[in-house]
Amino acid sequence: MDLTYTPEEEEFRARLREWLAGVLPALPPKPSPDDWPGRRAYDLGWQRMLYDAGYAGLHWPVDAGGRGATPTQHLIYLEETEKAGAPYVGANFVGLLHAGPTIASEGTPAQRARWLPPVLRGEEVWCQGFSEPDAGSDLAALRTRAWRDGDDYVVSGSKIWTSHAEVADWCELLVRTDPAAPKHRGISWLAMPMDAPGITVRPLRTLAGSTEFAEVFLDEVRVPVSHRVGAENDGWRVTMVTLSYERGTAFVGEVVACRRVLGEVAREARKNGRWDDPALRRRLGGLNAEFRALWRLTQWNVSEAQRNGGVPGVGGSVFKLRYSHARQELYDAAAEVLGPEALDLGREWTLDRLSSLSYTIAAGTSQIQHNIVAERILGLPKGR
Amino acid sequence: MDFQLTDDQRALKAGVRELLAARFGRERLRAAVDEGPRLDRALWRELGEAGFFALRLPEADGGVGLGLPEAVLVFEEAGRVLLPGPLIATHLAAGVVDGAATGETVVTAVDGGGLVEWLAEADVVRGDATGAEPLRPVDPLTPLHRVPVSGGAGLTGVRPVGSTGALPTAPLTSLFTAAEQLGTAARACETAVQHARAREQFGQPIGAFQAIKHLCAQMLVRVELARAAVYAAAVTADPVDIAAARLLADEAAVRGARDCLQVHGGMGFTWESDVHLFLKRAWTRTQRTGGVTESEELLAADLVSAVGR
Ligand SMILES: Cc1cc2nc3c(=O)[nH]c(=O)nc-3n(C[C@H](O)[C@H](O)[C@H](O)COP(=O)(O)OP(=O)(O)OC[C@H]3O[C@@H](n4cnc5c(N)ncnc54)[C@H](O)[C@@H]3O)c2cc1C
Repeated sequence: MDLTYTPEEEEFRARLREWLAGVLPALPPKPSPDDWPGRRAYDLGWQRMLYDAGYAGLHWPVDAGGRGATPTQHLIYLEETEKAGAPYVGANFVGLLHAGPTIASEGTPAQRARWLPPVLRGEEVWCQGFSEPDAGSDLAALRTRAWRDGDDYVVSGSKIWTSHAEVADWCELLVRTDPAAPKHRGISWLAMPMDAPGITVRPLRTLAGSTEFAEVFLDEVRVPVSHRVGAENDGWRVTMVTLSYERGTAFVGEVVACRRVLGEVAREARKNGRWDDPALRRRLGGLNAEFRALWRLTQWNVSEAQRNGGVPGVGGSVFKLRYSHARQELYDAAAEVLGPEALDLGREWTLDRLSSLSYTIAAGTSQIQHNIVAERILGLPKGR
Repeated sequence: MDFQLTDDQRALKAGVRELLAARFGRERLRAAVDEGPRLDRALWRELGEAGFFALRLPEADGGVGLGLPEAVLVFEEAGRVLLPGPLIATHLAAGVVDGAATGETVVTAVDGGGLVEWLAEADVVRGDATGAEPLRPVDPLTPLHRVPVSGGAGLTGVRPVGSTGALPTAPLTSLFTAAEQLGTAARACETAVQHARAREQFGQPIGAFQAIKHLCAQMLVRVELARAAVYAAAVTADPVDIAAARLLADEAAVRGARDCLQVHGGMGFTWESDVHLFLKRAWTRTQRTGGVTESEELLAADLVSAVGR
């Protein structure tokens, strides 16, 4: 058990720090949360800077245009960028964290050449078209149909909760290509251009008031058969690859951010006198334990992945269960510290408190994660 | 960074597990409960021979020369089988009290919380136990005395030994307690899962019901989080890391044992099942120095201290 970093890793950290210190002050101001075109431009601009400096796709394999960094280097990257206050992946989330890695491991050489470089260079944004109104937790129940017509699939149906759909160029889309097959067997994974005729995007307003996600209606949209990643009707297996990346390292930087916020909350409590309340003070102490331990669990999981050749395991579900809960507790505690001011939408923590409510739902609800842990790690029988 | 067990650490853990399975298996545990709390001196010496107490003493002083991470793995195994006796106090006395390292001398200590475990059976007591009154202990395998507040000044001034000589005994007691709690928590989770697979109701194993599944999954999540925290604290020996580890391990053990009891239904409420032994030992350990309030206050202070950031 070793928590010290090698000289190479420390050097990587030092160079990254130096680079961040040089570029961050020159960044344009952050666009407002509701300015989606502005947010897209901002996030893509940041991605381009990473690309030019050699930090794009750090954890991607070299033959996919990535840097082939070790999981530990990736961890250092996420830690340092967050500590330095660098922009979050934002609109590039799906491309960098799941569509890209999925295409890198499942796509043909031509598909990798077409889609991966623009993601890394910050030229194209992806969204995720998995969920449907009647297929959320039960994702394999999806009904959006695709049938062959010459070299195209013709796709009809609808998707929901599609984050960043308004500004995306591509969509990782799950469709049913064999309605007669058992539900997990008739699914295919397509890359759909978001400017194709027949696509209508209707933004949905979240409880935080923003338009984070949208409903996407598909009316006989033509998608070339060559845009299918993996074999026809083998999309469920490809989807499992995507979801393992989604739960793998997606939250690492956020744990670092939560530790920073917790420190700020404690200092706020000191200023406004709430710190003298032992129950509240001890609650914040408990959260300190929580986020320290989550960081240690991250280091544990990353070291394990490093020994297994970089593959994220189901351990991601263990992490996500506890982290999503801890994040909500953090902002509830922040609200307790703020008192009446917690009702002011002008306070950053108020908006963050609202958005933390999605963490136990998005990317697989806590109930579904519990099922995964019980069945796949503990080996309990599948329920009916 | 390679935050995983080394091959040697794995081998040590497996070796200790084997030794304890042979010398303190389930039947021995139940027999000990029936016999009442008497220290098995032969076992104590065997533990001494295996290096349990001298683990962190330098080789030059006749010890094994290993560090805190190895000690934590060993205490985790002891926690798994609910090994009774003042294990931590004797371990901490190796190199300070004659015979402690070899298991010839059984050493107990007045804990910061004012309790002494195994007072009547120990050869040496560290700290002032004047006026100690026996309790009727909830855990059948941990006899307890309560020391009046004025006495029991704890262990201040006693020379600590081992590779982390700089650390006073209180944080070490807390860390090893966390390791024992981790072992008990993991065992409770396994016991619950085994029962959930075997016991059938409504024509299927109860583990197929989500309510049971989710209890088991929550047990595992608590164990894995506590494990990461306890192992990391063993590596850094940082008092704040130790406090975090202790909080999470206490939680994993106490809540894990309760959930395990719930999964066992009526059987869990019987003397015959082992589940109550998990819970009673876990409760007993929560009273040792570095418990919830103390740890939370330390972690809170860390949030606003300049060095903490
Ligand atoms: C902010 C946000 C962003 C999102 N972004 C995207 C995106 O970009 N692309 C995309 O495809 N999807 C996205 N989603 C959708 C998300 O994946 C789904 O909301 C989620 O999988 C749950 O599905 P559902 O909303 O249909 O809820 P339901 O499946 O209807 O679940 C409702 C409740 O029932 C429970 N439940 C359901 N089934 C079970 C079961 N078997 N056992 C126990 N309890 C059960 C759930 O846990 C939940 O509490 C996003 C969601 C949010 C909140």
